[in-house]
Order: sequence, then C-alpha cells, then structure tokens
Amino acid sequence: MATNGLHPLEALMRERIVVLDGAMGTMIQRYKLSEADYRGKRFSDWKGKDLKGSLELLNLTRPQVVEEIHAAYLDAGADVIETNTFSGTTIGLNDFLFQGEPTRGRKDQEFFQRVVDDVDLRALVHEINFEAARIARRAADRVSNETGQQRFVGGSMGPLPVAGSISPDVNDPAFRAVSFDQLRQTYFDEAKALLQGGVDLLIVETIFDTLNGKAALFAITDVFEKTGRSVPLMISGTVIDKSGRNLSGQTVEALLISIAHAEPLIVGLNCSLGPIEMEPFIEELARISPYYMSAYPNAGLPDALSPTGFPETAETFAPKVAKWAENGWLNVVGGCCGTTPDHIHALAKLVRQFSPRVLETTISRK
Amino acid sequence: MILRLSGLEPLNITPEFGFVVVGERTNITGSPKFSKLILAGDFDGALAVARQQVQGGANLLDVNMDEGMIDSEAAIIRFLNLIGSEPEIARIPIVIDSSKWSVIEAGLKCVQGKAVVNSISLKNGEEEFLRQARLIRRYGAATIVMAFDEQGQADSFQRKIDICSRAYDVLIKHADFPASDIIFDPNILTIGTGLEEHRNYAVDFIEATRWVKKNLPGARVSGGVSNISFSFRGNNTVREAMHAAFLFHAIRAGLDMGIVNAGQLAVYEEIDPELRERVEDVLLNRRDDATERLVDFAENVKAKGKTPVTDEAWRKEPVEERLKHALVKGIIDHIDADTEEARQKCKRPLDVIEGPLMAGMSVVGDLFGAGKMFLPQVVKSARVMKKAVAYLMPFMEAEKSAGAKPQARIVMATVKGDVHDIGKNIVGVVLQCNNYDVVDLGVMVPAAKILETAREKKADAIGLSGLITPSLDEMVHVAQEMEREGFRLPLLIGGATTSRAHTAVKIAPHYRASTVHVLDASRAVGVVNSLLNEELKSEFDKKTREDYERLRQEHAAKTQGKKLLTLEEARVNRTVIDWSSCLPAKPDFLGVRVCAPALGDLVPFIDWSPFFHAWELRGRYPAIFDDPKVGKQARELFDDTQAILDHIAAKNLLVARGVHAFWPANSVRDDVDLYADEARSENVATFYFLRQQMQKPPGQFNHCLADYIAPQSDSRFEDYLGGFAVSIHGADELAEEFKLQYDDYSAIIAKALADRLAEAFAEYLHKQTRIAWGFGRDEQLSYADLMRERYRGIRPAAGYPACPEHAEKRTLFDLLDAEKNAHIKLTESFAMHPGASVSGLYFSHPAAKYFGVGQIGRDQLVDYAIRRGESVAAVEKRLAPNLDYSS
Repeated sequence: MATNGLHPLEALMRERIVVLDGAMGTMIQRYKLSEADYRGKRFSDWKGKDLKGSLELLNLTRPQVVEEIHAAYLDAGADVIETNTFSGTTIGLNDFLFQGEPTRGRKDQEFFQRVVDDVDLRALVHEINFEAARIARRAADRVSNETGQQRFVGGSMGPLPVAGSISPDVNDPAFRAVSFDQLRQTYFDEAKALLQGGVDLLIVETIFDTLNGKAALFAITDVFEKTGRSVPLMISGTVIDKSGRNLSGQTVEALLISIAHAEPLIVGLNCSLGPIEMEPFIEELARISPYYMSAYPNAGLPDALSPTGFPETAETFAPKVAKWAENGWLNVVGGCCGTTPDHIHALAKLVRQFSPRVLETTISRK
Repeated sequence: MILRLSGLEPLNITPEFGFVVVGERTNITGSPKFSKLILAGDFDGALAVARQQVQGGANLLDVNMDEGMIDSEAAIIRFLNLIGSEPEIARIPIVIDSSKWSVIEAGLKCVQGKAVVNSISLKNGEEEFLRQARLIRRYGAATIVMAFDEQGQADSFQRKIDICSRAYDVLIKHADFPASDIIFDPNILTIGTGLEEHRNYAVDFIEATRWVKKNLPGARVSGGVSNISFSFRGNNTVREAMHAAFLFHAIRAGLDMGIVNAGQLAVYEEIDPELRERVEDVLLNRRDDATERLVDFAENVKAKGKTPVTDEAWRKEPVEERLKHALVKGIIDHIDADTEEARQKCKRPLDVIEGPLMAGMSVVGDLFGAGKMFLPQVVKSARVMKKAVAYLMPFMEAEKSAGAKPQARIVMATVKGDVHDIGKNIVGVVLQCNNYDVVDLGVMVPAAKILETAREKKADAIGLSGLITPSLDEMVHVAQEMEREGFRLPLLIGGATTSRAHTAVKIAPHYRASTVHVLDASRAVGVVNSLLNEELKSEFDKKTREDYERLRQEHAAKTQGKKLLTLEEARVNRTVIDWSSCLPAKPDFLGVRVCAPALGDLVPFIDWSPFFHAWELRGRYPAIFDDPKVGKQARELFDDTQAILDHIAAKNLLVARGVHAFWPANSVRDDVDLYADEARSENVATFYFLRQQMQKPPGQFNHCLADYIAPQSDSRFEDYLGGFAVSIHGADELAEEFKLQYDDYSAIIAKALADRLAEAFAEYLHKQTRIAWGFGRDEQLSYADLMRERYRGIRPAAGYPACPEHAEKRTLFDLLDAEKNAHIKLTESFAMHPGASVSGLYFSHPAAKYFGVGQIGRDQLVDYAIRRGESVAAVEKRLAPNLDYSS
C-alpha cells in the first residue's frame, strides 16, 4: 500500500474504517482455567495469594491461550489486536503479585511507593508485558504474511485500581492513595516493556481519571525519549454514565483538551457503556476532535443473566455500532467488555461499506 | 488560534472570547483574608474564597501559596486536591502560581485538566527556561511567560518586547511549544509613585501588549492588574478607578486576560469624570503634574468617603433610577425595598419587571456590548435582577385568578454549551405570570436531560434558549433527538442569535411537531397560548408551517424547482475546447514564488467602484465624481482616502505579502491533477471541482473548472495551472489606532482600503502571471479594460460561485505554503486571516470564463465525496447551500 510517508496505520485509516479486536477477559473466561492453570509450572510453588484471575500472568503461564484468542480476533477481521496487558502494571497487579502489606491500615502512598519500587515485581511485570507483545506480534505477523494485509499490535495500557485525583476516603477529600510520580513510574515500566516487545502503537485506554491518563502519557513520552523510538498513540477515555463525564468528573471535551499535548493519532471512548448509552458522547467527540476517532463500547450494560455477562449479541451489537460508522463518525471500531470474535466479525462485515471519518490534515507525516 | 484549557469542563478561549477574568483572591500574596485562612489551616474557609471567585464570574482561578511561614508545596497540593473534590470550583481551569518551580511542579501533579503555569521566565537563562517549558508541555499545561531575563525585569517598552520575542522564538523552536499555549505577562508595574522613571510604565505595558499581539502570532497577553495602583493602597475608590481605566485601555490594545478580583470591578463609564480624567492623566502619562493632581484628588475622595452621603446620593433619586443604578452597579442591598416601592407604584407586579427592571438590564446589555462592563459585573447585575424578580413572584402568584384551568407545563432550558439565561428566565417569569407551570432546567442542559424531564413531568411544550452561535447547532441536535424519540410536543426556540429564518430552515425540518421561533418575552405568551389551545392550535400551526415553508423557499436559491441533469448527462455536455487550435500556454517558471510589491505598485490596479459601494455611494469610478447626487460626497471621500493612503505609504503602515506558483497539470474528468515536475508521473495534489447540473439551452455547456485544463487522456497536451494567495497586513491595527482617537471614519476607510489593495494585489499578480504565461507580454489594456477583465484567462477563488467548496483553499494553501510565504492563516472553517486576503487559481485558456455552479444533485455530491475520500455527510455539511435536496 502506498502510504505517502504516512504511518501505515494512518494510511489505512484514511482508506477505510479500521477494526480493533474485542474483549480479552471475556474470551479467557471461556477456557475456565483453574488456579493450577494460572500458576503453570513456573509458579506452582508460589507462596503468595491465589493467582486465579490474574489474566496478565497467562502471558507467561498459558501463552498459547492468549495467542489463540488473538488468532480468533484476527480471523474475525480485526486489523489491530491489543496485547493482554490491560492491568499489566506493578500497581495493577499488586493484589496478586506484591508480597508486602500496607503498614498504616490502608493502601496509601507509602504502600504504593514500595509497590512501584519492588525489584522482583518490576522484573516480573517487564517480562509479562514483553512476552505479551511478542505473543501478539507473532499472531499478527502470521496473518499479515498469510494475507499480505498488514495487521497491527496495540500495547494495551489500562487503568489502575487507584486514582490520582479522587480520594477513596469521603471523610478526607484531600487524601490521595497514590501520587503522580508513582503513577508515572508504574506506567513507565509497562510502556517500556511493550515497546521493547515490538508493539506498533500504544493504547492508553479506559481512562476514568484523567490524571492517571496524563501520568501514563507523561511516562510514554519519557520512554520515547529514553529509548529514542516512538510509536503512534491511541487514547481512549471512558464515560461512566449518562452525565457524559468520566469518574473524575471531566466532560468529553475537557478530557480531549487535557490529553492533546501528547499529540495522539487516535482519540476515542470505550468501556463502561453499551452502544446505546455511548452514542451521544461518540457523536459529540466526532464533532469536536481533531484526531482520528475510535469507539469500542461494551456489549451493553452488565447483565448477570447473559452467558457473557453482557446482553448484546453479535447480531444486536454490530448494527448499533456500525450506525456510527455510517454517520461518518469513526475511523477505528471494536468492542470492549463482553464482546467476542463473533461481535467483531459481524461488525467488520457491516462497517466495510462505510467511509471513514476524514481529517483535513494528516497527523503522522512530519 | 484558540487557547484551549480545561477543568472539569472545557474553556476555549477564541479570539472573540472577550476579556478572560482570572480570579485572584486565592493568592496568598495578594489577599490578606486568604492568607489568614491558610496560615490558620482553615482550608474550608479557603475553599469558600475559591467558590466565591467562581460565582463572581472568574474564568480561571489563580492559586498561589508563596508564603514563608508555610510549606508551600504541601499547601498547594492540599488545596488543589480539595478543589478536586468540589465540582463547582473544579469546573474551571487552574492557574498554578508560584515563583518557585518546585511548587509549580507539585501543583501540576495534582490537576487533571489543562492548567496554566504562572510563570516561567528567562531569568536563569535559556537552558533552565527550556527545561521548565518542556516539562510544562509534558504535564499538559499552558504557560504564562514573564518579561524577565538574565538582566532582570523588563520595564521599558523595548525591553518588554525584546524579551517576549526572544522567549517566543525559543519556546517554539526548541520546546515544540504551541504558540496558542503561550501567554505573555509584560509586567504591570506600579505608577503614580512620584518617580520620574515610573511615569511611562502603563503606557509601556499597553504598547508592549499591542506589539506582542501584532508580532507574535497566537500568543496572548495577561497581567496582574492590581499592581498598577499599588501606590494608592488604602484608597479603594481610586484603585478601582485606576484598574477599570487601565483595563479599558489595555484591552483595546489587545490584553486578553487579567488577574483581577472577580466580582469587584468598577465600570469605566461610571467613574466620576474628574477622577477618570486624573487617573487617565497618570495612566497615559499625559501631564507632568498628573500624579500630584491624582494624589490631591485621592485625599479628597478619602475624606469624603467618611461621610456616607456621597456614596448614597443615588438613594435620593426616583425609584426607577434607583433600580437602574442598582442593576448597573450590581448593588443588592436595597433591592427588596426598592422593588416593593415600584410595585406599589405600578398597576401589576409584572409591570415592574417589564418597566424599570428591563430598562436597567438593557443599559447593562449596552455597556457590556460596548466593552465597558465585564462579565462578572453582568453576572452581578443578573443577580440583582433575579432577586427583584424573586421578590415579585409571590405577588404574581397571588394575582393568578383562582380556579383557573389546570396549568399547562413548559420545560425550559438553555442548551448545552451555553450559559446565558437572562432571556430565558424572563420568558419563564412571564409565562408563570400567565398561569403556566414552568420547569426551568437552568443552563448547559444536555438534550437527553431535557427530553427525560419533559417525559417525566408530562410537559406540554419545550422551550430552548441560547445566546451564542454554537447553541444553534445544539438546538438542531435537540430537535433531532425529539424526533428520534418520537416526541410530538411543540418546540419553542428563543435567544439572541436565533431567528425565524434559522428556525424555519435549520430546526423545524428535523422535527415533525410544531417548531416555533419566539422573538422576545412579550411574544412568548401569545405563542404558547395558541399552541396549547385546542381551538387555536391547528390554525396557528398551519400558519406557522406555511410561513416557514415560504422562508425555506426564499432561502433555497432561486434556481430550485428546475429539474437538474444527472451528473453523467452534465458531463456529456462539458465545455468543448479544441485543444489543438489553441495549445496550452507554458509558463516561464514552475513552483512557488514569493512576491512583496510596494503599495505604490498596487494602487493603479485598484478597482475603486466597490470602494464607493461600501460607503453606499452608487456609481462607477471615475464617472461617479460627476454624478449629480453623490458626486460631491464621492470626491470628498476619495480625497480623504488619498490622504490616508499617502499617510499609509509614507509610514509603511500596510504591507503586501503574496505568493504565486505554477504546476504542470492535466484534468481527469472533473478533477485537476498537479504534478511535481514535467515528467508528470508524481501527483502532488488534486483539485476537485463541481460541475453545473442545470438544464442549458442548446449550444451552452455545463461548465466545470476542470474543463479548462487539457485532459490527461490526451498525452499531446501538457497543461499548467497557476495559484496564488495575497494579503494586505496591518489594517486591523491601523483601524484600531484611528478608533483610539475616536476617528471611526478613518478606521473604516483604512479597512475598506486594505480590502481594495488586496484585490488590486490579486489583479497585479494576475498581470505578472499572464506575462509569465507569455501571452500577457504584449497586452495593451486601459484601466477600464483591466477592471472589466478583458484579458485572457480567469482567476476563480474557492468559496465563490465557480468553486463553492471552501476546503480547496486548504489544498491551495499547502501547495503555496501560504501560511509561511504570505503570512495568511486559514481558520478551521477556511476563512483567511487577515481579512484583506485573496486566494485563487489561474486558468490560462481563452475559453475559460467565470460561471456559477448553482445547485447540484445528490449523484454529484456522492461522486464528489468519493473522489475526495470524505464521508458524504461531511461534504454535505460544507456544500449545504448548493444542494438540490435536503440532506
């Protein structure tokens, strides 16, 4: 493909709507893995807490499961697959993999300083992210070679269990469990390993607290500067309810302004809401954003009675999201929690007929 | 360029935004009250100060904790974290203010929005300056840059502009800092100190502001205003007069924002004329004894201040005047008593609102519009108004006839993105007085909330209000949502920028139930009565629909109604050109050339007729001078204009900058491909043109600009396309100078003249272009021939009838690098800045002529969107006026 000096992903986005994969966690659940599966041989005599549910650890203990899921999404028509690293940070994995305990009754900055500085944990997190990137790289490259159509690997950098601008203690609104520098450090380790593992872009996603997101972006810029190598950025916020704000209270436009300095290639929304609830915010962002636009909602609002835990099936999900593409709002489309290769397959088929949202100017060409 | 900031909500500071108020009371160094609270550890009290600044209308909140007695870093972290849990305060962006970098950085780590750093400077050299600037960028903030360097603080005009200019270059070149994120503080220094060297400080600041705005594109100017009056500490009357007068002059020179006590600004117009004169003598350095005279006066004011009689003189006026005074000044103290007095004088309580209160608010509106009042003051006025209305409410309730029919319910809201609600509130009050139940959702209300409430409360009608232009789109959105969700309630539209025509053309078509524009509060009751009355409503609705249909027809261009050709049919009837009988001309250069002629070279090319039209003097130049009716006027105007033109030329007040180019080109159907070189293998750009689709009499063609370029399909003919962008710089500044001398006449002449010069420049450059093509070398054209364009070839412009697509300017500007080569900026909506700019394409073929594309069909629109690689919706939006169908 002639790219006119553009990054190939941007060139593709100008040509047609790019398809992102769906949920990783939903797919892993289908394997019904046991504690022993999670531990594998390597962690069989692990003395710490149970590891079942630590999805990112599977990159080391069950790499073939992760690779199969990537392959399923690629077969379904995904152009971009995301590494299995949504919570792959020292802070994100502290509940499973950090041996220390809070000393002052609650997890505070003293505790998280130990987490982000822990040598063993940092080495493990590095390995998890590096391997996750390699697994996704293998899966994507195999399909690229088979089809002659380039597939991309996005390094997933999800949110954390703690927020930089929200107090977990209603009686002490000035309290912060974690500091900006700690957030930076935890995201730095993740971004660096993903980059070394060979991802094509980094995806800072599900930003529920913009300060966390800004720390991740700060860390990424640090990594780019230190390694001398940079990749395009995709930034995806999450709107928690119909108020149109994220958990830390920002409107979609305020969020857009707050992250613009990172010079992203793609900005969009994901998670929290299903396609019905997310629609007004997708419309708004498409109207105001100067970047390429992504959207990957959940398969509806959580519904314990559905087999996946989410109500929208591939047949009901795809047309709702494809409508946004038809409206000319989108460049990148995919699914978040509760979506499967079936969802992505149906979506990819539907959006093929629609033109992408067009930006007047290109971004990646200097 | 827009300075975009954010708290929980966005703050987009556009060039039209008006003066940005930075609340200063949360600055420990400037506010003794705040200082006391922080030193005592009373952070709740400190938050109350912040809240009061936001309520007072601050757009930004300056937070400063520089106090030797406390740990400033810990204090700023604690205070910003606390603000983070107060949505009412956290709504607006924060200005992180400290003279210590470590405190600034601590603050940057606490704010999720895009904040402003106050400030960094070249004080410790470029290396440190750049280090800090790069970090600010990485934290995602904008910054204020103080005019301070290794030698110290800039006091003179020259030092101020030297430092600002150096800092600007360094930031943009080495820190990759966006110009729109730079705010200069050229130092407001204290005047009236009695020291000779301080006398010109205010003038220097104002002039430096003007210079920065003119020479450092994108950058903004801010200042800490209260510094100016420091020598009059203790005398608030004089200080407030100084602040108001200083702001009045500095804002005119381009000051964008100021750190002020939001909610406590005097009104320039209301300053005692004698005090104002003496204050301005000091500010503008107008007389040697200015300071002494102000000091004398100040002592007088102070002495008088002790007797409350002077301040309270307005209390002796009639009640109507008192209400007006209270509204303009925002004084709430006597409002209930005065309102009661007015109520007793009037027949009905509503008369008080419609009479003296509305009269007062209209004075406020006028002063605000003229830039003599600022938003916080208007907010205060509105507060007084609301209090008066609230006082009257029970009386109006009581007046409602008992046992009246059940109330109809109306849900009202100022739409999302807009905060203006005075008009809406008045309409609400009037409706309530007429026995309607009004559910007022307030301001910034998203569509979903409006619809949800309407459903929940079983509303009988919905009223939308808004003042700013983007609200119009939001209203369209609400109408679409109402349609989508199956609403059938009447929709009322009101607010300053709304109109009957806009409602008819843009809003009503999206919603099938009654959609009615309401001009003002007085019409609201009539409209609502008609819409909700069983007997009246169908007739009213019918009349409105007919009325709006007529408006829509008037709006849709006159050509509508005639059947269009299909695009294929139109293409078949393309302009027939026999290329072999007139080979395409080859220019004597290829690529881009910059051109900066002297104004004198352009004057012979001026077409004066439109200049006279601008002044509503009809006639053709030069015959107009002999016109019995307007001849004398025209001559006078022309002589005055010549004098101004001489003045401009002598001082180089206007500067012409332009760029033109030629590219090898061939047409491909309705497009023209441009090539990098004569090899014609590398396509550098494509211009996409539209074709006429109206039916033509035999022998006439369906024109498209691409027809005038030889087709690629016939390799015998190698053609070329020219392009240009020209501009006259300096007119806005010149007009502003005239206005400062209250000379609006000259100001208008200067601007109209710049427009003419820009057009003349295009004509001049077209002449050069024809010479370059070759065929222009032996042209023998008189002035009249030139004005009637009796030469070979045309120069159509994007956005004009032959090429209604403004977006082609983007392609042209990129090819010409016009931003750099001619210093013309293209806005998001493809408008050129400065306004006196012209751009377009040069076509050389003798058969090329001007035409209007007119209405086009959906087939062409879709074809065009595909060619451009854009969505149909995006193109439809831009070409809406040319569509033969409604999108």
